Amino acid sequence: MKRLGITAAKNLIRMAVLLVLVSGAAFFLVSVSPSDPLKTNVGQAALGSMSQEQIAKLEEYWGVDTPPVKRFFSWASAFIKGDMGTSLLYRQPVSKVIAEKLKSSLWLMAIAWVISGTMGFLLGILAGVNRGKLIDRLISGYALITASTPAFWLALMLLMVFAVWLKVLPIGLSVPIGTEASAVTIGDRILHGILPAVTLSLTGISGIAMHTREKMAEVMGSDYMMFAKARGESKWQAIRHHGLRNIALPAMTLQFASISEIFGGSVLVEQVFSYPGLGQAAITAGLGGDIPLLLGIAVISAAIVFMGNFTANLLYSAVDPRIRIGRDQA
Amino acid sequence: MTEIKRGWNRRKTMVVLMAFSMIFLASVAILGHIFREEAMVTDFSRKNLAPCLQYPFGTDFMGRDMLIRTIAGLSMSIRLGLLTAFISAVIACVMGLAAAVLGKFADGLILGLIDLVMGIPHILLLILISFAMGKGFIGVVIGISLTHWTSLARLIRGEVLQLKESQYIRIAEKLGISKGKIAVKHMLPHIAPQLLVGLILMFPHAILHEASITFLGFGLSPEQPAIGVILSESMKYLAMGKWWLALFPGLLLVLTVLLFHYIGETLGRLTDPGHAHR
Repeated sequence: MKRLGITAAKNLIRMAVLLVLVSGAAFFLVSVSPSDPLKTNVGQAALGSMSQEQIAKLEEYWGVDTPPVKRFFSWASAFIKGDMGTSLLYRQPVSKVIAEKLKSSLWLMAIAWVISGTMGFLLGILAGVNRGKLIDRLISGYALITASTPAFWLALMLLMVFAVWLKVLPIGLSVPIGTEASAVTIGDRILHGILPAVTLSLTGISGIAMHTREKMAEVMGSDYMMFAKARGESKWQAIRHHGLRNIALPAMTLQFASISEIFGGSVLVEQVFSYPGLGQAAITAGLGGDIPLLLGIAVISAAIVFMGNFTANLLYSAVDPRIRIGRDQA
Repeated sequence: MTEIKRGWNRRKTMVVLMAFSMIFLASVAILGHIFREEAMVTDFSRKNLAPCLQYPFGTDFMGRDMLIRTIAGLSMSIRLGLLTAFISAVIACVMGLAAAVLGKFADGLILGLIDLVMGIPHILLLILISFAMGKGFIGVVIGISLTHWTSLARLIRGEVLQLKESQYIRIAEKLGISKGKIAVKHMLPHIAPQLLVGLILMFPHAILHEASITFLGFGLSPEQPAIGVILSESMKYLAMGKWWLALFPGLLLVLTVLLFHYIGETLGRLTDPGHAHR
């Protein structure tokens, strides 16, 4: 248990260092950008008609003249205190914008994460047990095709079929247009979340399914499975008693590590369905030159990804004794 | 036995299929480049046509032939994919070798760098890099090249770490040959097959990410024929029932990615001695 604590502490420190580096890298990237925040947001024509003083005022607002290093430290020190700056496009504190967007994104991602994880795991077992048979080919084929399909195109196709042709599901947004926030029902939210969640789940299955299939096939060929068979256990009994535990662990680790991919997928899917989540905010911020918001989203998403990796590491060393011993020796 | 040897086997089928995929992809890349002018021709007398014999993929709101546009876009994707995957593979090779050869400090540094790149979701990092480069072609090339080397670098590092323990490398070290020379002369040839397969398997990711980032508006400019541009335009016309604008270009993109994947996997299997007797 004490060892576990040390591993956790080490991982936490590593994560914190990486997070600092990520924010530094992100800051570096946005500050070398040649795009002029005034031109993108005010417009060439409006700038031409403005007086020099007005332009100077705007330049100060968008922070054009401050040197990058100074900006980074003032930004970072404020960030640690919880002040992420003010979004230039939404005209609200970044933390507030992110909290609001994250809420609608998070449950979308969580649902897709759980569905794709369980479905992928089950399909992977099914394929691995029946390796080489028709069902395995079907599942492997499905996994290969979805891995090669861009998430946004699948989203477009689903949108076309269910929203345009069959007209059974709404075409976008997370709530009906023109209703007040108080009038939005849970039903509305679910209805608008179905297609994005389905798209994300469908594309998320392939990785975990293929991985589980390999592992399951490996387990099926092992000596202990043969011994279980010799003892008279039926196929599914043997799988339940000796197979599942062995493959569940790597599958869980993979699923925690795949948070980054689900996040990336959600950016694309949210764009197609005009779903007002974190991904869409990132795109708006990127296209509009809203640097504080873009930075905030980069750091928050990196934190989420690192949390996923951290959980995976912890899970691994907590459950699998072999890993623990291996680490101690190394 | 001689009969089996002379006869047809799975390896040969794989080679033939692989050759067909390569020819198909190459011809798409070349045709698209030749027809890139035609892809931009607008003709308002034939706008918004559904697929028919003359225009199998239909035409768009400006009367552009979608078949030619799609092929031009795919050609762009393939060439961009080649370029970025190649740069990525070079980075991966250098990083992987350096991490394994240059000692503990460099190893830690490079592993940290890998974690750093993997820490930000790919799409978001692409957005950031594209933003830093002021969008457009260069942003896409640099973005994709800088984000895709990580897993291959890890693979090569692991491979080289194993190689380091082998007899012939140890002998070379004892003979006083420099680290750099050992890496290039004795290790590189050994990892070359994996590098090649890794390079080809990187194409699908590179192509998909290019399409995604262009689709989001951070990549190639709308004037260029690109699959991402076509699909993002089609989004506006989807609600009006113009399904062909999105369906066919997307299908061909999926096909392209699948073929690249097949080539990579097949090449991997053919070069793996463990599969020699299939």
